[in-house]
Amino acid sequence: MKQTVDRAAQKVLDSTIGRQAKTVWDRSEAMEPRCGFGDLGICCTICLQGPCRIDPFGPPDQKGCCGADADTIAARNFIRAIAAGCAAHSDHGRDIASTLLHAAKGGTGGFRITDAAKLNAIAAELGIPAEGRSPEQVAEKVALACLEQFARSPLPFMQRAPEPLKKKWSQATLWPKGIDREVVEVLHRTHEGVDADYRNLILSGIRAALADGWGGSMLATELSDILFGSPSPIRSKANLGVLKADEVNIVVHGHEPALSDMVARASREGELLDYARHKGAKGINVCGLCCTSIELLMRQGYPALGNFLSQELAILTGAVDLMVVDVQCVMPGIQDMAKCFHTELLTTSPKAKMPGVNHLEFEESKAHALAHEIVRRAVDAYTRRRPERVNIPDEVMDLVAGFTVENIFTNLGGTFRSTFRPLNDAIISGRLRGVAAVIGCNNAKVTQDEGHLAMTRRLLAADVLVVQTGCSATACAKEGFLRPEAALELAGEGLREICETVGIPPVIHMGSCVDNSRVLRALCEMVKEGGLGGDISDLPVAAAAPEAMSEKAVSIGCYAVGSGVFTVFSPPPRVEGSRNVVEFLTRGIEDVTGGKFCFERDPVKGAEAMIAHMDAKRKALGLSPMMYKEKIYKEKK
Amino acid sequence: MKGVIVIDVEKCLGCRSCQVQCALEHSHSKNLVEAIRERPAPRARVRVEAVDGLAVPLQCRHCEDAPCVRVCPSHALEKPGIDDPVSVTNERCIGCSLCILACPFGVIDMDVTGKAIVNCDLCVERLKNDRLPACVEGCPTKALQFKSLKDVSSGKRRKYLTAIARGDR
Repeated sequence: MKQTVDRAAQKVLDSTIGRQAKTVWDRSEAMEPRCGFGDLGICCTICLQGPCRIDPFGPPDQKGCCGADADTIAARNFIRAIAAGCAAHSDHGRDIASTLLHAAKGGTGGFRITDAAKLNAIAAELGIPAEGRSPEQVAEKVALACLEQFARSPLPFMQRAPEPLKKKWSQATLWPKGIDREVVEVLHRTHEGVDADYRNLILSGIRAALADGWGGSMLATELSDILFGSPSPIRSKANLGVLKADEVNIVVHGHEPALSDMVARASREGELLDYARHKGAKGINVCGLCCTSIELLMRQGYPALGNFLSQELAILTGAVDLMVVDVQCVMPGIQDMAKCFHTELLTTSPKAKMPGVNHLEFEESKAHALAHEIVRRAVDAYTRRRPERVNIPDEVMDLVAGFTVENIFTNLGGTFRSTFRPLNDAIISGRLRGVAAVIGCNNAKVTQDEGHLAMTRRLLAADVLVVQTGCSATACAKEGFLRPEAALELAGEGLREICETVGIPPVIHMGSCVDNSRVLRALCEMVKEGGLGGDISDLPVAAAAPEAMSEKAVSIGCYAVGSGVFTVFSPPPRVEGSRNVVEFLTRGIEDVTGGKFCFERDPVKGAEAMIAHMDAKRKALGLSPMMYKEKIYKEKK
Repeated sequence: MKGVIVIDVEKCLGCRSCQVQCALEHSHSKNLVEAIRERPAPRARVRVEAVDGLAVPLQCRHCEDAPCVRVCPSHALEKPGIDDPVSVTNERCIGCSLCILACPFGVIDMDVTGKAIVNCDLCVERLKNDRLPACVEGCPTKALQFKSLKDVSSGKRRKYLTAIARGDR
């Protein structure tokens, strides 16, 4: 299998040092063949009587020690993954809420309220009066109201959903009882000898996923906007070529925006710039990996070095002076890579340490000072850089990011408020077929970026507007799909017209993985705008994670399905050892929430399934036939 | 490739990955997700048996003077040459089960239809393409290995000498 379609990544892997280095792909190959029981989700390690395995080639009536069959085992494993995903996103949200609280109370860390208008809008939504109160007083109430959601219902942002969806949630008792409570409940239900009904288990998992999407993730997005500013369309660059040979290169990696925002600020301060110049560098270059990078890109235009599978390659260029990581998707493998270079690796979260790696703990009250220390260390590391070992590929791509529900259509319509009318009209008239969210990770089992690019190309050719987040957005950014010009090269005629009129690229970058909550909001806005049915499940839209890797992706997939979205997910979650669980996730659940999964592994066939779904929804709504013939899709070799 | 499947009993964790890989290799699709839906279900020719905490994968030893071959009345079982595996021609098998009774290791099974036997074929097709037998390739701890008998005995000699040199013996 080819490792990557990213030319910069391939160059680094093919370099003399790259060929010697052990990377994620080598380790992945060493894992082959993967354990069949684990892969199919029918190995149960929950109680100490096990591990119990169901022989996938054996007779149908097999049971584990306790009597659990393949359905129960697969469903239990599956929803534990959802709970972990919900926990990761939501704990990130909790940290943002606590940083907002810190800022509101006048903390010394240097955090402040950046978007007061958004603060007031959210306060109004949460029923917190802003009149006669200072932004700090309002922010304190907002932060506390968000922290409340972890312990108990209601999750007020769920009220954004269309009425029919809310009714479905009520009928299936899918309203979360609190974000943390749903995670706890999944762990309780999956404990030995509790819930054995795979449908009941999966619905509990969906409830936890909804607590993620409409709770933890959504409040992370909204509060990050308040703290660090709401994004607006912004130009930047992507890929390994953004590293600079003559500047101090600081790479922020992980998921949270709080520390990286401070590091970026510190890197612009005169005192530290002078220090860098004094040590022989021309400047300080901050860039990033994974979603921490995207938070900085969306709000301040800092370039994106790469996505999940590029993290070791960044260090392999020999040009990274310091990599500072927080939480999630930080491969422990980077510590071995960093040891081979001058690169200083720093962990900062009390939740994420690595043995033998320097740890500077992030505390809100000392954030500014910590950021200074980090930049200073990076400059010191720069002096140890060995130019003969530096190998920066020249691949750099332009991009436009920074789209949100609030700003995406502000430029059009001539009104002061943003409106989704242009989008709905374009779909109704048949200029656009629909909207697809292509999101998710990289996975070493799949050629890096190939799934994202092939699927997105196929969708664009069929006049589907593509919105993206996370590693998927970075994949398409590196390939140039996030440039407005990409509409000319890749989009069908109808989509191209829309892109030219609104002035947007055909692929819309909506942020980090918690920002998939922006996509949920966008779907609500489309329903609210009218003309496309009364529920999210009526819309000609679909979602996909063509290179899914993490438990967070499983949770995102489940809240998409739980909100009525047709969702292509590959590689599939580990449920394929149970026919009933697969059947329920890919068919049965549609009767409950209106959404369902499709476990198609081929990204182009996945895109075609999404297109077929959109066509079916268009037909059900009685929309006009497509205005233009589909652009001939050519698979790029 | 010529050789025999060798088992290092100390390394077997009893994970049954060899069974899964064997059944997968003997499926039509050779794709795990599709293979588990095939009917009749593909069968593993290797079985991990466990007694008193000792787990060992067992499969056909492809005996030189194979009792199963000797008792087979319809010449469905054959051992063409000394290095060749015992092979089964399903069309000739009359399902008399004499081989199952004769095998000293209990590694021959009747297939689910009861019409013919299933036995390890040493993955002959893979060997022709210089690929290890599926169970060997699938073993995560290398408890299963594919070696020539020469390598087995030379390995044993070295192990024996090392023990003497270390004073373990």
